[in-house]
Amino acid sequence: MGSRTRREFLQIAGVGGVVFASGLLEACSRLGGRPDPRPGMADDFYFVQLSDTHWGYKGPANPEATVELPRAVELVNALPQVPDFVVFTGDLTHTTDDDQERRRRMGQVREHLARLRVPTLRLMAGEHDASLDRGAAFQEFFGPLRYSFDHKGVHFIVLDNVSDPKGILGDAQIDWLSRDLKPRPKDAPIVVFTHRPLFDLKPDWDWTTADGTRAIDVLHAWRHVTVFYGHIHQEHHHQTDHIAHHAARSLMFPLPAPGSQPNRAPLPWDPAHPGKGLGLRDVDTDPRQPAYELREIPLARES
Amino acid sequence: MRFAALFLALLAAAGDPGERVVHVVARRFTYSPDVIELQLGVPVIIELTSADRDHGFSVPDLGIRIDVEPGKTARVRVVPEKLGTFDFHCDVFCGSGHEEMAGRIMVSAPVASGGNSGH
Repeated sequence: MGSRTRREFLQIAGVGGVVFASGLLEACSRLGGRPDPRPGMADDFYFVQLSDTHWGYKGPANPEATVELPRAVELVNALPQVPDFVVFTGDLTHTTDDDQERRRRMGQVREHLARLRVPTLRLMAGEHDASLDRGAAFQEFFGPLRYSFDHKGVHFIVLDNVSDPKGILGDAQIDWLSRDLKPRPKDAPIVVFTHRPLFDLKPDWDWTTADGTRAIDVLHAWRHVTVFYGHIHQEHHHQTDHIAHHAARSLMFPLPAPGSQPNRAPLPWDPAHPGKGLGLRDVDTDPRQPAYELREIPLARES
Repeated sequence: MRFAALFLALLAAAGDPGERVVHVVARRFTYSPDVIELQLGVPVIIELTSADRDHGFSVPDLGIRIDVEPGKTARVRVVPEKLGTFDFHCDVFCGSGHEEMAGRIMVSAPVASGGNSGH
C-alpha cells in the first residue's frame, strides 16, 4: 500500500496527529504531486518510533508514570495497519545505582513491550539504561548496543552514543560505521537511529555527542541519510547539509525547547491535560525516492 | 565553530605563583561552588576534585572541557576575555540527577585597584 493511501486511510479512521513531511526535497516533491518515477509502491512500509519511557521514574514531572508505556503499547496495537517494526530510541528505563533494580525495571519494560503486536522490535539504549554499567544489563535483556539491518531496501544503523558515560561513539564504533557503510552504494537509503543527537543541538545542556561530527562526516558521503533520535524529549527537526535529524517525543515527561529556559528541567505536569507533550510517531517510508513522512501521535488525554 | 575563542584555557597549567586559584568540588549532583566569579582579563586557575565518582566539567561556550576523577586534581587556567555568564555542566553521566549538575561562570569588569597599576 502506498504511503499516501495509508495516510488517507488513517485520516478516514480518525487516527489523529500532526503530519510532518521530512526535510528531504524528494518527500516535498512527492507530496506536491510529482509522479512516482517507479510506480508499484510495493516496497513502501512504515515503522513506529518510541522513545524515552524512563520506566522507574518517580517525580513531579509525571505523577502517572506507570500509565504512559502501557498506553503507548495500546496506541500502537490500535493502529489501523500493523507497522513493519517498532524502534525504541533509548532510555527505556530511568537510571538507578542499584543493579538489581535496573534489571527489575528492564524486565518490566520487556514485559510491556512483549504485548506489542508487531512483527519486529528494534531496541537501543539511552544513557539512563547503559551509562552506569556500560550497557551490561541492557545487553543481557535486549541485545547488542550497536547493529545494523536491512529492511525493504533501506539500510538501518543503530549507533551507541550512551554506554560510554562521556556520551561518545568512540574510535572503534566510528571504524565500524565506516566498514558497515563501505559496501553500500552512495545513493542507498540510509537511516540511522541514535539516542543523543549527533550534532551540537545545545551542548551546554549536554544535547550533543562529543564526537558526533565524526559520524556525520562518515555519513556525509551517502546522499540519502536520515537520523532519528531521542534524548531531548520533544519533536525537533534539523538539517546538517543533506542529512535530516528528527528527534521524537518522550513517553514520560517533556523537556523545554533548547534555550527556552535557564536549564533543562522538565516542563511542569499539567493535571488538566495528562500526558501533554508526550507521544510517539510513525514514519512512512518510501525506499525508492527515498522519502519519509512523519506523523506525531500524541499521548495527551483529558483529565 | 563549537568552541568560541573567548577564553585562553590551558589544561594543567601551572600559572604564575601569584595567580588566584578557585577550588571546586564535584559530587553527585552538585559543584561547590556552583557560581564562579571571575574578572575580565585576570588569569585564574580553576582546580577541580571529585568527592565521589567520575564527573566532567564542560563549559561549551568557552571551549573548556576536563575530566574530574576521584583521587586526582584537574586544573584549567582561564583568562576571561569577554564579559557575561557562561554555563558549565557535568558531561559524564553520573546517575539520577546528572541533568541538574550544573553551574555558571560569571565574568565581570575588573575591580579598580586604586593603587599601583603597574605602569
